[in-house]
Amino acid sequence: MSVPLEHDYIGLSDASSLERSTESSNINVFTLKATELSLGLPGFGKNSEENAKFGPVVKNYMSGAKRGFSDVNFNGSGPSGKWALNGGSEADLCRGVNCVFEKNQTSSSDVKPVEEEKKGPVKAQVVGWPPIRSFRKNTMATNLPKSGDVAEANLGSGECLYVKVSMDGAPYLRKIDLKIYRNYAELSTALEKMFSCFTLGQCTSNGIKGRDGLTESKLKDLLHGSECVLTYEDKDGDWMLVGDVPWEMFIDSCKRLRITKGSEAIGLAPRSTAKCKNRN
Amino acid sequence: MLTFINYRYVVKCKVSYSIETCNVTCFASLSLSSVSWLLFSGFRERNTYFHYWLLSSCKSISSIHHIMDLNQKRTRMVDRVDSVDPDLVSPESTPMCPFPDEVLEPVLSLINSHKDRSSVSLVCKDWYNAERWSRRHVFIGNCYSVSPEIVVGRFPKIRSVTLKGKPRFSDFNLVPEDWGADVYPWLSVLAKAYPFLEELRLKRMAVSDESLEFLAMNFPEFKALSLLSCDGFSTDGLKAIATHCRNLAELDIQENGIDDLGGDWLSCFPETLTTLQVLNFASLNSEVNFNDLEKLVTRCKSLRVLKVNRTINLDQLQKLLLRAPQLTELGTGTFTQDLVTRPVADLEATFGSCKNLLTISGLWDTNSLYLPVIYPACASLTFLNLSCAALRSFELAMLLIHCKSLRRLWVLDTVGDMGLEAVGSWCPLLEELRVFPADPFEQENVAGVTESGFVAVSRGCPKLHYVLYFCHQMTNAAVATVVQNCPGFTHFRLCIMNLGQPDYVTNEPMDEAFGAVVRTCPNLQRLAVSGLLTDLTFEYIGKYAKNLEILSVAFAGSSDLGLKYVLGGCPRLRKLEIRDCPFGNAALLSGLTKYESMRSLWMSACNLTMNGCRVLAKEMPRLNVEVMKDEDSEDSQAHKVYIYRTVAGPRRDAPPFVLTL
Repeated sequence: MSVPLEHDYIGLSDASSLERSTESSNINVFTLKATELSLGLPGFGKNSEENAKFGPVVKNYMSGAKRGFSDVNFNGSGPSGKWALNGGSEADLCRGVNCVFEKNQTSSSDVKPVEEEKKGPVKAQVVGWPPIRSFRKNTMATNLPKSGDVAEANLGSGECLYVKVSMDGAPYLRKIDLKIYRNYAELSTALEKMFSCFTLGQCTSNGIKGRDGLTESKLKDLLHGSECVLTYEDKDGDWMLVGDVPWEMFIDSCKRLRITKGSEAIGLAPRSTAKCKNRN
Repeated sequence: MLTFINYRYVVKCKVSYSIETCNVTCFASLSLSSVSWLLFSGFRERNTYFHYWLLSSCKSISSIHHIMDLNQKRTRMVDRVDSVDPDLVSPESTPMCPFPDEVLEPVLSLINSHKDRSSVSLVCKDWYNAERWSRRHVFIGNCYSVSPEIVVGRFPKIRSVTLKGKPRFSDFNLVPEDWGADVYPWLSVLAKAYPFLEELRLKRMAVSDESLEFLAMNFPEFKALSLLSCDGFSTDGLKAIATHCRNLAELDIQENGIDDLGGDWLSCFPETLTTLQVLNFASLNSEVNFNDLEKLVTRCKSLRVLKVNRTINLDQLQKLLLRAPQLTELGTGTFTQDLVTRPVADLEATFGSCKNLLTISGLWDTNSLYLPVIYPACASLTFLNLSCAALRSFELAMLLIHCKSLRRLWVLDTVGDMGLEAVGSWCPLLEELRVFPADPFEQENVAGVTESGFVAVSRGCPKLHYVLYFCHQMTNAAVATVVQNCPGFTHFRLCIMNLGQPDYVTNEPMDEAFGAVVRTCPNLQRLAVSGLLTDLTFEYIGKYAKNLEILSVAFAGSSDLGLKYVLGGCPRLRKLEIRDCPFGNAALLSGLTKYESMRSLWMSACNLTMNGCRVLAKEMPRLNVEVMKDEDSEDSQAHKVYIYRTVAGPRRDAPPFVLTL
């Protein structure tokens, strides 16, 4: 990997934002082209050798794809927001983008944007395919079992449960959709990802930066250790410790979340650690 | 035009005919479907027997081409009808004689099929006139094929209108907004000609709130409104309908692009309205006032179809069911709850008391705890729509054990192949199966259904004749097996969601699969193809699909030959929709003479050019050849082409991006 890819979702780094804006059009061009060549149409790339004998067919899919791609909508955020590329010349940029796509095809774990929890290259969709009526798409999207895929859940209109998450000492709050998590573990992982940058340097836990830096056990240390406690405000307005009640009951009654630290947590923390260790 | 087909036998029936009341009753056996003779005998007095063949009883009405008048042979007034000597009724000899309208019109009024009526109107001028005066329902498959003025000019006494507008691919966002199919111009003409219009059924029309208000205010006898896949209106329009239609019997709102501003439209039904029979608001999102809904359901004793939306919870549903045990079609709201206020057994008992249920739909969010409450109502179900319920295979299996009368089943592919095996095991009477993808845009790590589920259903359900199947993989062999098990297919719509996907076992194109379908299923009317397909598929279709009426093609074919095969065969083709195929001008022009016998042709993202379309338009003046211009495509390419026959000339309301050549 010649170009280091920095994934900073809290804020795009100042240095590269300027370059990105001027070169965003170039990114788009390269993005589309790269998409055409390396991703191809779904299910198609695998059999490219066999399909070579169906020459005209192949060409037509490509040309069809070209038309289709003019209407492509990428899942998640647009191209310019996805890759926070550090400086460099245009040549580097090209290489970088191509690298991004190559990586996307093979192992996308490094390049995974935070908004999407599942792996996968940018999905280029052909307009009107598969032939499902939009009414049905919306119905089914809200009906999917909680897979943790934010992109899908956002298609639907009704079934989200957004709660504010505040962390002591953090400059601003976050909002999360509780319905996309299935249990406390998933919630913990998500919160860890969201707030890792704030916890660094403030907690005694490890200070490794990056997505995979904090494992679940370290998270537990983080959140349930002496430094941080995860609490929530329930329907009655009382502040409760997260983890006591069954998950279903929790998401029903949770109105907002708070990660407390320091002196406020002292009274609760040791007990909570013990409790959580028992539970988990 | 009049041709004589073979005659089999004459139906003898005892008919009583009363001149005062114009009632015609017939005691004949109505099961004969291949009779091709219609015999009329003259009569003037009552108690005269005449040979009458009730047109409505004959399925192959279009084969009636010749009518004999036996005026010359007066029958005796006996209790028994003489058999007719075939030698005396020779086709060529007898000229047409006028029949009294009092006879013809009551007979024709019993014919409901618009295809039959079309044939009847072609017989002779008298029949044309009798038919147009007796027609009460008009079906217009393409709103631009005829003008409202022409319709009202021909049919003076219409009480029910069905109108279809945009091409079907508009459902998949291939038709730009503001394309047309506005219902308002129709309504303003209909209001003058048919002030007593009772029913309006619209599909893929642009309907505004103003149109709905106009409808509500100008048709005092209005009874039934059905909107399917329409757009442009909001719940304000529904308010107008609810408020002003005093005799409303049917309000059916399905799958529309509706602007849902709130649920208060339901509260606009006046307290005096008791005539509602059909209420379907399942596709609306906003909460309605439950008290008003409950009162409405209570006072409308004839309510037989009730489909509520997702905001109605189980407790509320139970209350509604207790008020309306006579329901035949039920669409539930959300079918789960967190706080249980009533035991599940209560709900189950309520479902058990609904003895007349034939259809259940809705069932959003249901799970293993709550789905079983519907078991007591399942024995008589003929249609189960589970396309909003992401069931797993065992949940479906447990449910289907109770559904032995099922004829139609719609499911999500979350049930998997095992769920479909259960279908094959428990639903021997199944005639229609639709499997929708729960996750249509997921391309990796997909579950869903495969070819083995398809085969399993075909094994257990020999009566299957309608299938819509979304999957990610298929084999030629599996499809061949399916159609061998179920040769009676009339509608075969297979959607392999990965574009250009070959047979995943042999890596060959899916040509042989569809070849097997068209060869094995002589009654095939509708076909949708997918997967990797060469021109061979279309050669098969053109050669074998003699009864095919609707064909949908996407990302298929290798050359112009493909389309040429289809246009050269398929004598009954009515609707052809094609996208992203390598068919060019030569192929388009090879079907010159065919397009007037079809309703419409759609071709998008193919290889057509403006010049090719211009040639077609020039040669065939009675077709509208419309090209939709795209900003991105080059000027000479015809990116989206829609061709249809019309007696109304070019569209006068075409938006700037639609060019009529």
